[in-house]
Amino acid sequence: MSNQTIKQPSKVLNNVLRIALYTVLLTMAAIYLMPFVVMLLTSLKDVEEIRSGTLLSLPSTLGFESWQKAWSSACTGSSCEGISPYFLNSFQIVLPAVAISTLLGALNGYVISLWKFKGSDLFFAALLIGCFIPFQVILLPMARTLGWLGIANTTTGLVFVHVVYGVAFTTLFFRNFYQSIPEELVKAARLDGAGFFTIFYRIILPVSIPIIVVTVIWQFTQIWNDFLFGVAFSGFDTQPVTVALNNLVNTSFGGKEYNVDMAAAIIAALPTLAVYVLAGKYFVRGLTAGAVKG
Amino acid sequence: MVGLFVFPCSDSFYSEVFIMKSQNSLRPTSVQRKPKQTLADWMPKIVMAPTFIVTVVCMYGYMVWTGILSFTSSRMLPSYNFVGFDQYERLFNNDRWIVALSNLGVFGGLFIVICLFLGVVLAIFLDQKIRAEGAIRTIYLYPMAISFIVTGTAWKWLLNPTNGLEKLVVDMGFEDFKFDWLINPDMVVYCLVIAAVWQASGFVMALFLAGLRGVDGDLIKAAHLDGASTFTTYRRIILPSLKPVFFSALVILSHIAIKSFDLVAALTNGGPGYSSDLPANFMYAHTFTRSQIGLGSASAMVMLGCVLAILVPYLYSELRGKRHE
Repeated sequence: MSNQTIKQPSKVLNNVLRIALYTVLLTMAAIYLMPFVVMLLTSLKDVEEIRSGTLLSLPSTLGFESWQKAWSSACTGSSCEGISPYFLNSFQIVLPAVAISTLLGALNGYVISLWKFKGSDLFFAALLIGCFIPFQVILLPMARTLGWLGIANTTTGLVFVHVVYGVAFTTLFFRNFYQSIPEELVKAARLDGAGFFTIFYRIILPVSIPIIVVTVIWQFTQIWNDFLFGVAFSGFDTQPVTVALNNLVNTSFGGKEYNVDMAAAIIAALPTLAVYVLAGKYFVRGLTAGAVKG
Repeated sequence: MVGLFVFPCSDSFYSEVFIMKSQNSLRPTSVQRKPKQTLADWMPKIVMAPTFIVTVVCMYGYMVWTGILSFTSSRMLPSYNFVGFDQYERLFNNDRWIVALSNLGVFGGLFIVICLFLGVVLAIFLDQKIRAEGAIRTIYLYPMAISFIVTGTAWKWLLNPTNGLEKLVVDMGFEDFKFDWLINPDMVVYCLVIAAVWQASGFVMALFLAGLRGVDGDLIKAAHLDGASTFTTYRRIILPSLKPVFFSALVILSHIAIKSFDLVAALTNGGPGYSSDLPANFMYAHTFTRSQIGLGSASAMVMLGCVLAILVPYLYSELRGKRHE
């Protein structure tokens, strides 16, 4: 809908309103941007400049020492190798977890929308309610289970946990998407003798690209940004980057190096920010498309 | 943890889910090809089996398990020595828990109200044929892509009383300006609100903006032809039609609030003292670091209760609404 600037009594008033509108919008944009700008500026200053200047004062020279330190030599509690090992850990957790949960979600959504069986809808409802439970109610039993399975404190364990609690969301995505595929399509293919997987490969997957992109981006963001599972289930050398960042910021040996903290925080945020900047439009469109139909 | 819960609002979603339709009409040729169909019939179930098992075990089973633990005297390790409601009694006599709960009330209330307000206002403003709308929208929304840990780290620095915003304002000439909420036990919870609103309000804006774009254009034209002012059109026609968006935003936001854990961990670590603890942090501390598994489990169950208290009426109203249509 577009609310055009309809016939207002005076053109002057209208212009004043427009200016006010833009002022508010741009002020808010500045406020939203400010924390990131401050982080960036702080990360480029040295400790002395941070102490003498203000948040928004510009660095006198462009120095990337704090970035280097954050990446490879800052102390994160147990060790002093910077956050790079944990950055890689995060990738090792995120990539398989995203792939597996997306694949499972696609298959589940396919079954729930196009191969309904008795109880499949009820199961979907049960799965959905599972999306909402606060993870605090599963933390301890999961910790015990991971111990029994022998994958406590391992990357495998974290992948497992993220798949288990991500699959409800991915199923939801695919199910809603596949709802719009006419059942006749599957019926016809079955009459032609195509089986369950043939139909999935040949008919369903080719039309699923948009929802796959949306799901992958969503899962990537969720798992990359996770902290609760990371802190509860990881070992010293399998920590994801969020946990390492938190340790780095809360470790105080001598003086606080805010520039290193900020550099590390930006590094930890870069992958998801990059995804958002490159594909955000697509992502948001996918998310909100379902919201407004009702 | 957002976004997903939005989908449920789409048209006949819940009624479809909850009023189980048995749609076996899908199998037209089952008579002629019985033997070949057997495996095909089982295939969907086999494919769903892993998800089914982990859902039953790792969601509902664990929920029950935690529920059972909350009735035991477990400390460092789970034990099954049942003590009735003792842990719940201890919980509600525990000052730290009461602080955490009331913090959740203050934090959750303000966070939800401010996000909804900002979301609606910004969405309406952005919907006025704004130049560079895409760029502005991207700026409003980018915090949503960032982890709460990064948000907490950033705001911890911004709200730092010696070097942060306070100094910025003092250096601008307001010498007496004081902004020490982060180290003030009475005010620290508002720091959580500021950071969380910064992170989530853009998303609420995006929801409402999408909602506004979905409003029937003819309806608005008709209202204008009838002489309704822009303001009246918004108040009487556009905003009421956004009710479903409003409710899903409400559910999403309260869900974020109840689960908030990382933001506290990064921004305040619960401090000063335990003045900025939220229930999720209380639960984690007692279960994993303070060897009070029984108490921690009881607190987790109370959190679950809070979520259900919001979720069940929501689902109920969704269901009822659909039936009456």
